[in-house]
Amino acid sequence: MRASDLLHPRPEGLYCPPGDFFIDPVRPVNRALITHGHSDHARSGHRSVLATQQTLDIMELRYGEGFAETVQTAALGKTMALNGVSVTFHPAGHVLGSAQIAVERQGLRIVASGDYKRQKDATCEPFEPVRCDVFITEATFGLPVFRHPPDTQEIARLLKSAAQFPERSHLVGAYALGKAQRVMRLLRDAGYDRPIYIHGALTRLSEYYQSQGIDLGQLDPATVDSGGKDDFAGAIVVGPPSAFADRWARRFPDPISCFASGWMRIRQRAKQGGVELPLIISDHADWDELTATVKETGAEEIWVTHGREEALVRWCELEGIAARPLHLVGYEDEGD
Amino acid sequence: MNRFAELLDRLVLTPSRNGKLTLLIDYFRSVEDPDRGLALAAITGDLSIAAVKPAMLRALVVERMDPVLFGYSYDYVGDLAETVSLVWPQSPDHIPNREPTLGEVVAKLQAASRSDGPKVLARLLDSASISARFAIIKLVTGGLRIGVSARLAKQALAEFGKVDVAEIEELWHGLTPPYAGLFAWLEGKAEKPQRTASALFRPVMLSNPIGDGDLEKLDPADYAAEWKWDGIRVQAVCEDGVRRLYSRTGDDVSGAFPDLADAMHFSAALDGELLVGEPSATGTFSDLQQRLNRKTVTPKMQQQYPAFMRCYDVLQIDGEDLRTLPLRERRLRLEAFVGTLDPSRFDLSPLVAFEDWPALERLRQAPPHPIIEGVMLKRWDSPYLAGRPKGPWFKWKRDPHTVDAVLMYAQRGHGKRSSFYSDYTFGVWSGPEGAEELVPVGKAYFGFTDEELKQIDKYVRDNTVERFGPVRSVRADRTNGLVLEVAFEGLNRSTRHKSGVAMRFPRISRLRWDKPAAEADRIETLQALLDA
Repeated sequence: MRASDLLHPRPEGLYCPPGDFFIDPVRPVNRALITHGHSDHARSGHRSVLATQQTLDIMELRYGEGFAETVQTAALGKTMALNGVSVTFHPAGHVLGSAQIAVERQGLRIVASGDYKRQKDATCEPFEPVRCDVFITEATFGLPVFRHPPDTQEIARLLKSAAQFPERSHLVGAYALGKAQRVMRLLRDAGYDRPIYIHGALTRLSEYYQSQGIDLGQLDPATVDSGGKDDFAGAIVVGPPSAFADRWARRFPDPISCFASGWMRIRQRAKQGGVELPLIISDHADWDELTATVKETGAEEIWVTHGREEALVRWCELEGIAARPLHLVGYEDEGD
Repeated sequence: MNRFAELLDRLVLTPSRNGKLTLLIDYFRSVEDPDRGLALAAITGDLSIAAVKPAMLRALVVERMDPVLFGYSYDYVGDLAETVSLVWPQSPDHIPNREPTLGEVVAKLQAASRSDGPKVLARLLDSASISARFAIIKLVTGGLRIGVSARLAKQALAEFGKVDVAEIEELWHGLTPPYAGLFAWLEGKAEKPQRTASALFRPVMLSNPIGDGDLEKLDPADYAAEWKWDGIRVQAVCEDGVRRLYSRTGDDVSGAFPDLADAMHFSAALDGELLVGEPSATGTFSDLQQRLNRKTVTPKMQQQYPAFMRCYDVLQIDGEDLRTLPLRERRLRLEAFVGTLDPSRFDLSPLVAFEDWPALERLRQAPPHPIIEGVMLKRWDSPYLAGRPKGPWFKWKRDPHTVDAVLMYAQRGHGKRSSFYSDYTFGVWSGPEGAEELVPVGKAYFGFTDEELKQIDKYVRDNTVERFGPVRSVRADRTNGLVLEVAFEGLNRSTRHKSGVAMRFPRISRLRWDKPAAEADRIETLQALLDA
């Protein structure tokens, strides 16, 4: 059987004809397999959804009960049969609950990575390389310029700045699912034991992480009721990046705007966004992780999706690995 | 090296002056010699390292990686130094046990000959982390571009050592990197370095603006008045055959004005204003502009726009320090001294005679030359004091020009203002009647109160037409738009701006909520000012 008969792109998303299911479809479909809870991958309105328990929980937190007619839990590492197609979820190391999906039929195995990273992350299961014939990799940071430093080093810079400017508050922009909790956990692991102030958009997801045994320490709402302007002096505040351009940010004394993202590797990106302290912390694989992972899977063919496909395809060519861009639409470039 | 690299990264993204000072002071405090002194020299532009051309850098990197992948990377990042620092393939066998220090990097670069320069650079890049690679490339390609002036670096040194910045400026030109003696003094571990070199800079005396009610308290008989020339404040110092022309912050600008520097045949320190033209036919500010911000000056430029100095004070003659004398005596010495100099290069700033303040006010309103921007008042009995003491010197500037312009774009500010649209681009009308369009003429980010800032911010948010990153374009047409009264000091011709004019020191003087956008000024109003 040809690989493209087992999985191929359709406008709705990546489709498996023999199994009659989609992976991370961007439009409502009959049956969806979801890799992780970010909103561009996990949308509401599918009839049935198969995902890890944590991804299902996150979807329910975001979309409410009944976001799909039926849901089914995928246990990591357990193979299931869907219309004669074997499906196994493996941890992807991206955010809590994230998984790669291995699809296998008649000896042909394709792994759809979803989004993934290889750096250690205390808030989710580590990525597990899976041998396969075709590896579908994301390429959000698919350029040799993207090299993420160790996250501990970035957090150390944040703590150093907080000590240098004790009269100001540090506003850390971080995506509400995954990145925000990882930043908080990194702060705790670095020994920061003061309360961390959070924007309201982070509350429920952070509580969920805590309920899953990920200790984030004391989190207080960053509301004016919880203190006057001076009480935020020296504070670290975490919120979605969009909030910092908003009037919400005015409650903080002379804030230093920080942004935790792989995009912060590029100075001009930091400058344009008015970011004073860029923190290069990413939940996606950087260039070195992408290329190492491609080799590790032993795949003879690489399909490259959302991101900078051309550079990774070129690299595969130089390495003698067949590769092509998949041109899936609907995934956000900015989701880190 | 990493601490220096981190300092550069922080400085370039920190907009506030105080934030930069804190970062610099912390660096001086936590980093040892000679690294901190070398970093200081790199920032003030006093570190000499043979330059590497961008093409060479590019050649080095494509020897080491696929040119196609490099091309994709460079296209994306847009900055060669940054791209190379990121993509440089570090072979795992070359990672050293420890990264080189700034001192080691500088020593290797300075010792490299022209022919083995690229090889030395490549080996350094192999041994460094990404941000250290960026810093190394910045050092060898020249120009850190981190938004820190030499003046600000000296201010940080002053705060670090709790001394007056004037003391640092006075010493500066006698010191060389890595400034170990200077740091030892600032840390209280050694005596103040002695002034050993000749023709050093003397910190200049500055004036305060005349405020409301100030004049009533002053007796006209106590003060001398002079025109306030809108040139460049310079200090001309000659000692033991060393000739130096300094800016008011102590930067050596002799290289930019060789014609004037070459005419300095005396033994003295003079204070005055650098102007262009000849003493008998002083040029305008546009003429002066031809000579500003140039690295090299062609003979033609020197002939067409010759520089001369209009002197108004004297600090030293033949080794005698005159700064403690009252102005009345210094002025007599100055008049006698300037008489001995080349009259095509040096003249005297004339005194303006006046009876009382109203008489001087009439003179101020009608100055005899366009390059005069007001009058200076100097106390006859005052010594020459460094810095800006309140009382002895006042500047009384001509009233600013104003124009009614329409708000076109607003950009978010930084720090305290990061959630406010606080930087405004404004325009005036141009084009034929019935087809008028706004042409931007300037940008201003102060002059309004906090309350007004809130009002404009709300207006911007409510009237946004388009967004480009941190910039919003605001609804502005004949019937809708916010009119801003903009005050400015003068207007220059500009080929870089579509409008053909560039404002000097623009600020928002009033919000004209009452004025319809169509009644804002036209470009011709500004052009008339240009031709005046």
